[in-house]
Amino acid sequence: MEFVDALINILNSTIRVSVPLLLACLAGLYSERAGVFDIGLEGKMLAGAFAGAAAAAVFASAWIGLLVAVLVSVGMALVHGFASITHRGNQIVSGVAINFIAAGSTIILGQAWFQQGGRTPSLPPEGRFGEIKLPGADALRDVPVIGQLYSGLLSGHSLLTYVAFLAVPFTWWVLFRTRFGLRLRAVGENPAAVDTAGISVAWLRYRAVICTGILTGLAGSYMALAQNAGFVKDMTAGRGYIALAALIFAKWKPVPAMFACLLFGFLDALSIRLQGTPLPLIGKVPVQLMQALPYILTVILLAGFIGKAIPPRAGGVPYVKER
Amino acid sequence: MAEAAIELIGINKSFGAVRANRDIALEIPRGTIHGIIGENGAGKSTLMSILYGFYQADSGEIRVNGKPTNIKTPNDAIAVGIGMVHQHFMLVENFSVLENVILGAEGEALLKKSIAKARSELHRLEDEYGLEVDPDALIEELPVGLQQRVEILKALYRGAEILILDEPTGVLTPAEADHLFRILQQLKEQGKTVVLITHKLREIMAITDNVSVMRQGTMVATRKTSETTVEELAELMVGRRVLLRVEKGEAKPGAVKLAVKNLTVRDSRGVTMVDDVSFDIRAGEIVGIAGVAGNGQSELMEAVSGIRKAVSGTVMLDGTPIDLTGQADPGELRDRGLAHVPEDRHHVGLVLAFDESENSILGYHDKPQYLKGPFLNLDAIQKDAQEKIEKYDIRPANPRLKTANFSGGNQQKIVLAREIEQDPGVLIVGQPTRGVDVGAIEFIHRRLIAMRDQGKAVLLVSVELDEIRSLSDRILVMFAGRVVGERGPETSEGELGLLMAGVEHKEAAE
Repeated sequence: MEFVDALINILNSTIRVSVPLLLACLAGLYSERAGVFDIGLEGKMLAGAFAGAAAAAVFASAWIGLLVAVLVSVGMALVHGFASITHRGNQIVSGVAINFIAAGSTIILGQAWFQQGGRTPSLPPEGRFGEIKLPGADALRDVPVIGQLYSGLLSGHSLLTYVAFLAVPFTWWVLFRTRFGLRLRAVGENPAAVDTAGISVAWLRYRAVICTGILTGLAGSYMALAQNAGFVKDMTAGRGYIALAALIFAKWKPVPAMFACLLFGFLDALSIRLQGTPLPLIGKVPVQLMQALPYILTVILLAGFIGKAIPPRAGGVPYVKER
Repeated sequence: MAEAAIELIGINKSFGAVRANRDIALEIPRGTIHGIIGENGAGKSTLMSILYGFYQADSGEIRVNGKPTNIKTPNDAIAVGIGMVHQHFMLVENFSVLENVILGAEGEALLKKSIAKARSELHRLEDEYGLEVDPDALIEELPVGLQQRVEILKALYRGAEILILDEPTGVLTPAEADHLFRILQQLKEQGKTVVLITHKLREIMAITDNVSVMRQGTMVATRKTSETTVEELAELMVGRRVLLRVEKGEAKPGAVKLAVKNLTVRDSRGVTMVDDVSFDIRAGEIVGIAGVAGNGQSELMEAVSGIRKAVSGTVMLDGTPIDLTGQADPGELRDRGLAHVPEDRHHVGLVLAFDESENSILGYHDKPQYLKGPFLNLDAIQKDAQEKIEKYDIRPANPRLKTANFSGGNQQKIVLAREIEQDPGVLIVGQPTRGVDVGAIEFIHRRLIAMRDQGKAVLLVSVELDEIRSLSDRILVMFAGRVVGERGPETSEGELGLLMAGVEHKEAAE
């Protein structure tokens, strides 16, 4: 019984930790499938988190916070799009620039507006996305295993968590069952084919980048408005990069992306759980090593276990009409 | 005379200072196959890109079926019934045939109905024109001939009445090209208009009804194909008389320079590509290897040049063996007088980002004449490059220009100049005139004959049967990795073609 509780506990925190990864990973999927590499997921998440927290604090509304977060994040995505689609700039440089802008400006603006050392004020309950209890969760709490799973694992998450996991089948459907998805995949593989078919490459890629902005905005909102109660400087802490790693790990496919994010989330949750607990045979492990564990495993997994990950063929290459 | 499907009047187009098209006038009658020929850079592709809405003309008028039409984007062209098969296929490689066909013509936001519609439409086109292709196959798994068929299907699916094909046979084997021509003939019989852009004169003579010749951005002539000759067209294209047959005297074979014995080569998947091949090349003769691309010629050439591992067999250069482990030092082989002009000049023969002068000594850069102590002697290199430019008529005559900015024919001349001017005893040449203009072909052929007459041994690998027949003193035919026959240069094309198809494998090659 205690084991089931502990397991559900770990799985539950796995889900919580995975959500921002998953949203960012899907965000990257839209952009990269369209041939625009985006190393700036991190920056857009961070900017979204800050903008969402600031707006939610001022207006005392989670929904306004979410809206502002998405707007700001989409705005930054469009900057990336402008640099890399319209002006055919280097996508890595543009993405890195976005990360720097986000890291610096969130702190400066936060200090200027709220004078709390770069934090935003702690959010009241109406400024956050609370936990949603699924129907019957309380009643089923004591049914062994199934009831425990239902009430302890499936129920009790914020709206954005459900949105994130529903976005997985939705993204699959968009990519493989709609005209937009067909064109999006095509433009990431061979933009010339799209161009000669009479479709605007630039407009298609802009729409993909906007999708990325919306999803990173949701990721940032989740961190500032659901997982925490406000913005703390540098709160994304590299999740944008882990999401990129997950995207490669998943070979740019939505369902494997979900599992990759859950795996990284699980490693993270496990490392938190195991901090300070002596391990059998090894004994007590320094906290720092446990914290580094997910990243070490990330490197190992990416280096050895995924086989050949073929990125979208036109990825990273600006489209220039040939003579 | 039938009504014109397309009429171009006074088309002008400039890219910066380059006038790609000047005052082009052209009339293409409906229901005919119309050839447009010209050397690389003559403006053929630009003109067709204007017709397909890829570019806009600076001035001039396009009439489709007699109506003045403003074509601003490919969409406009598709709307008036113009379809294009590009030289480099515009296909998404990891998409299925169906997905490629509907891309851009999906109709509605969800794919289900459009895929079903395309599936039945493909069946209809298959019945009507004999354009068979598995609708669910992935493009990357199809041979190029079928990929091209998908491009044609794409155009027909969009309701094209006028089909433009840009250098369609460049990537095809002779059998595939013949099949394509049959399809085009069928399209014509169904009343479609076909525009064929090419620089291969034989194709023009074989299939077109009319032919227009372009030179340096202008339309110099339009002829009925039945009333013109290859010689006349070549002269119109180049602007001077061209010798299509190389004149050469008797070969005077001397001692054996290169001896290949029982050579067997496997590729990375373990498939035997060269199967127990033996032959000799003597000083003062050209031995040509004919064959449909992919029958082991490339592997043979690479193994003999010491850059590909051989499983068994020996290759003797002047009586001394060549290291066949794939670890041979190409520099050492060069010192021993073996020069190699690779088939793929872009990836193997040249560094496109380098200056012309740098490429013209690449591989020989450690020769004392190019060095000053440990440093490159840049003055000597420039001077040397300048001499080669003059001797080989490489244009533009600027040794400091980036190699990528030279045309294909001139790039090939850079490689040939580099290898030939080192005065090797044995020259191995792969596809010496692939993508090269008629005028430059003539020059390259004369250089190779001159090499022979100086007593060098030349191994020539080419998929152009004409080239093999006009240059070689002996012809070896390769099929499925084996040498299936040795013939003299007077052998008929038909006989060689049968050997190339493996005779009893004739149906398979069709």
